[in-house]
Amino acid sequence: MLTILFDGIAYGMLLFVVACGLAVTLGLMNLVNLAHGAFAMAGGYITVVLVNRLGVPFLASLPLAFLLTAAIGVVLERTLYVHVYAKSHLEQVLFTIGLVFMSVAAVDYIMGSQQQFVRLPGYLQGQINVMGVGIGRYRLLIIAICGLLTIALQFALAGTRFGSRLRAAVDDERVARGLGINVNVVFAVTFAVGSGLAGLGGALGAEILGLDPTFPLKFMIYFLIVVTVGGTSSITGPFVASLLLGIADVAGKYYVPSLGAFVIYTVMIVVLIWRPQGLFSRAASR
Amino acid sequence: MMAAEESGDASRTLVAQANAALAARARWSPLEIAFWLAAAASIFLFPTKHLILTEIAILGLFALSLDLLLGYAGIVSLGHAAFFGFGAYAAGLLAKYHVVNEPVLALLASGIATMLLGFVTSFLVLRGSDLTRLMVTLGVALVLREIANRLEITGGADGLQGIVMDPILGRFSFDIYGHVAYVYSLIMLFALFLVARRIVNSPFGLSLRSLKGNPLRAAAIGIHVNGRLVAIYTIAAGYAGIAGALLTQTTQFASLSVLDFERSADVLLILIIGGTGYLYGGLIGAVLFKLMQDWLANLTPQYWQFWIGLILVIIVLVGRDRITRTTDPIRALVQRATDRVWSGVRGSG
Amino acid sequence: MALVLQTVDLQKRFGGIVATNDVSLSIEKGARHALIGPNGAGKTTVINLLTGVLRPTGGRILLEGEDITDLEAHKRVHLGIARTFQINQLFPDLTPLETIGLAVSERLGMGGQWWRLVGSKSAVVEQAVEVLDRFHLADVMHERTATLPYGKQRLVEIALAIACRPNVLLLDEPAAGVPEAERHDILAAVAALPKDVTVLLIEHDMDLVFSFADRISVLVNGELFVEGAPEDVARDPRVKAVYLGEEADA
Repeated sequence: MLTILFDGIAYGMLLFVVACGLAVTLGLMNLVNLAHGAFAMAGGYITVVLVNRLGVPFLASLPLAFLLTAAIGVVLERTLYVHVYAKSHLEQVLFTIGLVFMSVAAVDYIMGSQQQFVRLPGYLQGQINVMGVGIGRYRLLIIAICGLLTIALQFALAGTRFGSRLRAAVDDERVARGLGINVNVVFAVTFAVGSGLAGLGGALGAEILGLDPTFPLKFMIYFLIVVTVGGTSSITGPFVASLLLGIADVAGKYYVPSLGAFVIYTVMIVVLIWRPQGLFSRAASR
Repeated sequence: MMAAEESGDASRTLVAQANAALAARARWSPLEIAFWLAAAASIFLFPTKHLILTEIAILGLFALSLDLLLGYAGIVSLGHAAFFGFGAYAAGLLAKYHVVNEPVLALLASGIATMLLGFVTSFLVLRGSDLTRLMVTLGVALVLREIANRLEITGGADGLQGIVMDPILGRFSFDIYGHVAYVYSLIMLFALFLVARRIVNSPFGLSLRSLKGNPLRAAAIGIHVNGRLVAIYTIAAGYAGIAGALLTQTTQFASLSVLDFERSADVLLILIIGGTGYLYGGLIGAVLFKLMQDWLANLTPQYWQFWIGLILVIIVLVGRDRITRTTDPIRALVQRATDRVWSGVRGSG
Repeated sequence: MALVLQTVDLQKRFGGIVATNDVSLSIEKGARHALIGPNGAGKTTVINLLTGVLRPTGGRILLEGEDITDLEAHKRVHLGIARTFQINQLFPDLTPLETIGLAVSERLGMGGQWWRLVGSKSAVVEQAVEVLDRFHLADVMHERTATLPYGKQRLVEIALAIACRPNVLLLDEPAAGVPEAERHDILAAVAALPKDVTVLLIEHDMDLVFSFADRISVLVNGELFVEGAPEDVARDPRVKAVYLGEEADA
């Protein structure tokens, strides 16, 4: 029981780290980025290549995955995404689905369609026993890293100058520009950090979520659920939504495998109809 | 007295002009007639290509149904495959369990069943922003796919096998070359196209265009916006269901892929390639899409999705309206030709 | 005189903000009633409440004695309330003929017909043309609305409300944004409205208000401040104070 809860929390935290970038781009730039999962996939493959082929230690590969994915993010943001900010949601959807298709085919072409595994160091394998509960070492690491990231993120958004600029840009872009905040830079940095986090999440999650070229499509709906159910007005909403989704998914697969993802999708629809702004958002914030 | 008569004449002229202008919209242009003649000719010109042509006709019908939603009513959907898939399974089950054996009747039954599903789910898309609609439609398709995956009657991941189709109208049996299937699909496509054409040129169709542009004002002149949206959503669902049913009937198989997200994305792409809001977009898009898929798959088998993605990205970056604007001169030409032909017909008649 | 439109303690809150506070308006049949007040007084909110775009958080709306508080927007139109918008709300891709035709066929109960071709009912076309002609729009009735000059679009805005043949017409700053040269057409159209139509006018242009209205209500901070005949309102020192931007202590 507790093992399942623990696995669910690890899974949920992974989802959160990947999806929080999406929450920020959607909330801040009003951008529907269905290709967000592609950044997570990129992080996963970067780690696979670094660890398995180049022999980089696993823990050292994680920051590299973050940085490289963030770099990819900032390049794409400046060259491509910047042109679709002002377009309709339909067009953003088309554009980002296009990116998803391209990334899926490109990764398939370069790396092949089989599932990839990261060679984990020995000290991360196996379980440790805490008061009779078997806890996977790797999952413990995930929870530790993701937990720290969440706290750091909360602090960065609430307590730093960049955070206040970001929130100013969220609240009113024109006013923010008027105050001399370089909104373009804020957007680019945010996008980079968001994709970097997705990349880190993908790197950490390659083992748990499963990594193959269809990753962005398979998990797209999960990231979207986190964001739409959690709302985009704070990062607490997506965080809670991620944990609930993670626990529900793991528990559901364990206890009632016959239902599959059915319940999760149904709950999502109900929530969207009931609270279109998300479950945890300030009501009618816009 | 004189003045009154004159003004009476003037207003009669205005009414006549107005009538003429409104009637002109619904008139068949030479290009449209040519399009359907070409479609009919394809039966005889490409007898070896009937299998792929059948696929095109079905895709075209599917995209036409999305055009009714997106192009006319402005409802975005990322889960239109829900209705396609529902129709596909409905037709498969009807045939497999010998509920309705005659294909045309079964097709209609599948369409009506899908309309019911469309009617029920339409209430989910009435509220909320485009984003909510995208998520809800996507969610509905995913839920249906999960159901089809889990239920025993639908065959789960193996798909619905062992479907045997009776001859159409009791006379025309499906053949392995797809000759009968193509003629059957094309006739259905044409018939449903005629109905759709009638609908979009009706007051109902006009009101859809108005509420797509401005639902606030549409309600302020007495249009029941939600009622109209429910109606068109139901109709479009029926069209998609019939397209799915056609696929099952012509391939004698239904699998989970009919409910895939990729199918919803593909149909959106098809419609975007062909252009929205003039009914032919889906049909032209289907032809282009299949040709492209064929050609790209030959070039780089298995990676053709990359190029499809690239096309989507380019379409958005260049701008959809800019692409449609390049065809404006052609449209103007067609309009002039239509006017001339019709005035000629009236002159001689 | 019979009341045609009445609100009782109408109230609308957005979160903590009270946009409309216990407004009780009484509008008589055939009246030319103006609703004025400084920017942000909540005039448009009142119109949105009357037409069903917004739901009130308290109070009632009566149309000829019938409670229409919970009625959907489109049903109110069928009962005879039509409005114009402060910022044009038109159908940019449709022609004025199609636009007006929509309203007419909706009023005649034919708007939902899906098997009949547009333009095949002569009553609809005749009535639409009649309205277009009356607003001097006949010469542009086949052009896309989006391509018309602003003044013409403003006329379509008003003609569209008239095509609903309302008993009560709510005009939200009909002359707003219209260039001086085209202003005359709008004012003439407003002045020529049929006498049996009750009009509630929101306007900033005091010349227009005082030449048009036979009764004026002043709204300040969502509350009804003063109501009376134009000459009384004009003389009221409190109204002057509000318009001079001073603190109004009532």
